[in-house]
Amino acid sequence: MTDQAIAITVNGERRKGRTEARTTLADFLRDELALTGTHVGCEHGVCGACTVLLDGEAVRSCLVLAVQADGADITTIEGIGPEPGRLGPVQQAFMECHGLQCGFCTPGFVVSVTSFLAEQPAPTDDEIREMLSGNICRCTGYQGIVAAVHRATELIEEATA
Amino acid sequence: MTTTRTQARAPRVGESALRPDGIPKVQGRFLFGNDLWADGMLWGKTLRSPHAHARIARIDVTPALAMTGVFAVLTADDVPGSGVFGLEQADQPVFASGVVRYVGEPIAVVAADHPELARRACEAIVVEYEVLTPLVDSQAAITAAAIHPDGNILRHLVIRHGDIDAIGDVVVEGIYEVGMQDQAFMGPESGLAIPDDDGGVQLFVSTQFVHADRDQTAACLGLPPDMVRATVAGTGGAFGGREDICLQVHVCLLALRTGRPVKMLYSRDESFVGHVHRHPARMEYRHHARRDGTIVKVEARVVFDGGAYASTSSAVLANACCFGAGPYRVPNAFIEGWAVRTNNPPCGAMRGFGAVQTCFAHEAQMDKLADALAIDRVELRLRNALEPGDTIITGQRITGTAPVAAVIRACADAPFPAGAELDPDSESAPMLLRPGGAGRTADARHVTRALGFAVSYKNLMFSEGFDDYSTARVRVEDGIATVHCACAEVGQGFVTLAQQIAREVLDIDEVVLAPADTHVGSAGSTSASRQTWMSGGAVEGACRLVKAQMEADAAAGTVQRVYEATFEHHHAPTQRLDENGQGDAHVSFAFAAHRAVVDVDRDLGLVRVVDVTTAQDVGRVLNPVQALGQIEGGIAQGVGLAVMEELVVDQGRIRNASFTDYLIPTALDMPTVTVAALIEEPEPGAPFGAKGIGEPPTISSTAAVAAAIRAATGRAVDRVPVRPDDLLF
Repeated sequence: MTDQAIAITVNGERRKGRTEARTTLADFLRDELALTGTHVGCEHGVCGACTVLLDGEAVRSCLVLAVQADGADITTIEGIGPEPGRLGPVQQAFMECHGLQCGFCTPGFVVSVTSFLAEQPAPTDDEIREMLSGNICRCTGYQGIVAAVHRATELIEEATA
Repeated sequence: MTTTRTQARAPRVGESALRPDGIPKVQGRFLFGNDLWADGMLWGKTLRSPHAHARIARIDVTPALAMTGVFAVLTADDVPGSGVFGLEQADQPVFASGVVRYVGEPIAVVAADHPELARRACEAIVVEYEVLTPLVDSQAAITAAAIHPDGNILRHLVIRHGDIDAIGDVVVEGIYEVGMQDQAFMGPESGLAIPDDDGGVQLFVSTQFVHADRDQTAACLGLPPDMVRATVAGTGGAFGGREDICLQVHVCLLALRTGRPVKMLYSRDESFVGHVHRHPARMEYRHHARRDGTIVKVEARVVFDGGAYASTSSAVLANACCFGAGPYRVPNAFIEGWAVRTNNPPCGAMRGFGAVQTCFAHEAQMDKLADALAIDRVELRLRNALEPGDTIITGQRITGTAPVAAVIRACADAPFPAGAELDPDSESAPMLLRPGGAGRTADARHVTRALGFAVSYKNLMFSEGFDDYSTARVRVEDGIATVHCACAEVGQGFVTLAQQIAREVLDIDEVVLAPADTHVGSAGSTSASRQTWMSGGAVEGACRLVKAQMEADAAAGTVQRVYEATFEHHHAPTQRLDENGQGDAHVSFAFAAHRAVVDVDRDLGLVRVVDVTTAQDVGRVLNPVQALGQIEGGIAQGVGLAVMEELVVDQGRIRNASFTDYLIPTALDMPTVTVAALIEEPEPGAPFGAKGIGEPPTISSTAAVAAAIRAATGRAVDRVPVRPDDLLF
């Protein structure tokens, strides 16, 4: 097994490491960088719990090899807020609207919704459900999550008004 | 692991308090069992049987032990204590020896310094099998040669109530089946064990019953219980699937053998064989009624496939039978239930716990009966609805609340939400919201919309003489209350309620929750819709003791710096069922009604559930937003069982152990959920009058969806989940 050196920017911080070619980005983030907020639920791109932003695009980090992310700019759930300790609008909305129970899927939803709202700031219910259908939640039945997305649009609008 | 503090606002009982773990969860800072890490830790991995039934001729672990970086390889020979475990009866081996009884049964575990190495070491273990024919037919299992020293009958229960020879004017019959559903919690099984200097071990594990984990693990390790110090690690959902132990003994054995911390984390496919499932069931029913619609008698014979080991099959079967006639006045009943052992995957607890399967059957029967009598389906249910003071088929009189007619009326009379009207403009419906969604979109002209209705009931807490108490310790110091309770928070929101209850009783805003661990008495299991009642009651009781001390001291002018009290909360005692299945076996009951609207594509047999409306008996709502979350989430699992969720088992082997092939409802599959009413009639004996609310949403939602599909297609729909083939051929 041959390690390869990679350098990525994670949550604004330059991180270097060595990793085997087969290591997924999810495992690299969790095991090498101790960023355990990125959760692995299905290991093959179905559940969305491991979603992170790679150069601004939402990707499933279990389907990306760490070496593929060499040179990329990664944002994980730990970096999605405006600054350490403060909640971003999507995080705030999930809290307020009870868009979570066990919370295992939550980081993936928060990252996916953050990316979605950047492209589509005023979505309809149907557009929200279509977008959310790439992430699985087993606890909530999604109504709290749909409400959270609407609430997030309000919070974003308030913040930019 | 996490000690959580209150938010600035401090809501009391009855208010929509926000989860104290919500902020760390939305920030990704909340640590699940999956995320735990210890310096110098090793990774554990399980070698599992590829066969459903086989004799083990030889196991050779030396090739694995010889690998650099492998620190231990353990088999049945290495278990110092009891070689078997189990929640109700200890019949399941820690490691198979001599014989394997299901695909995925553990044979050995490995500890290595890298998870990939641990996996390769498992592959290096040599196991020679003599493959045997698996017993996979639950009906045949009743009389087949025993596949376990304890025999194949996990339980045979007969309920004889009233005149079992009574005959009605009208008789309807049916045979119904339910497939195997999986809890599919999002966070796979995980645990970390750390050896202690005194020969004991610390165990951090995702679980729903930490004291049962501790006791079973200690017995297998040959240690006194207090030398296994167990803590509930962050738990990514449970739904019954974490009530039995899985990796608990294995990870502790590895830690004690190697003297190093050991972590185990199941992959998703391993998770599917690592926990029990909802029992597949076959149910034969016959209902008798008078011409005016009065039910005369219910006869049923139900066979539940328990798989290879007992787990909680006995209690699951009891529920299936006790509630097998539905929430109706049934003066005469003959219900015969079997829970049997096979070489299929073991089955046990899942949300609804036996009541789900028979509800699907008895509600299909009620519709058949209504049609045979030419009585409206809702009206028939109202005419027979249980009331307080009525006697159920186990001879138990309902002494608490039973707003059955209220939930039926509220649900049936609710207006249809926008988009779920029975006469839809389906041609204008967005393509994605038609049956088949983005993949195989229906021709709107060939879509039929229809509704179905179903009602259910179930016990709260454990039954049949089981004293499932809960313990809480409360300490007040410097104006801060600390609550110590071993109740497993698995997502349901007990952490929020515990704070609300403590604030309510003590009138203190700041309430800190200590870790849920075995350093305090048992809280029992987070299951059976019991923690709000049991652990909520324990927290309330401990707070009241503290408050009484504080008030007494204040009156005497001798105020202490610290007040502390421990309270053990027991529910009213229950009885075992007698030889006729009669007895006051249950503490309390909860009722729910569901109305489903579905669209069915008649060409392709595809179904889209459009809306589920519900009314539920809740006693009293302690936290409205959390109650809603339980109801919506429970309905999602009921909808899943109705139309998509099934573990396909072939000769004992699960064929779809992944989230690609085991389908869980997504946001597009989920209908709108409309709560028509939460019926608040405070339950006598329940803390704050609140009944458990977690399970009822899952029980009759499945039956309501099935009824709607039946109405849309005219098909029998006698099996769930409903597959396209069932609607076409």
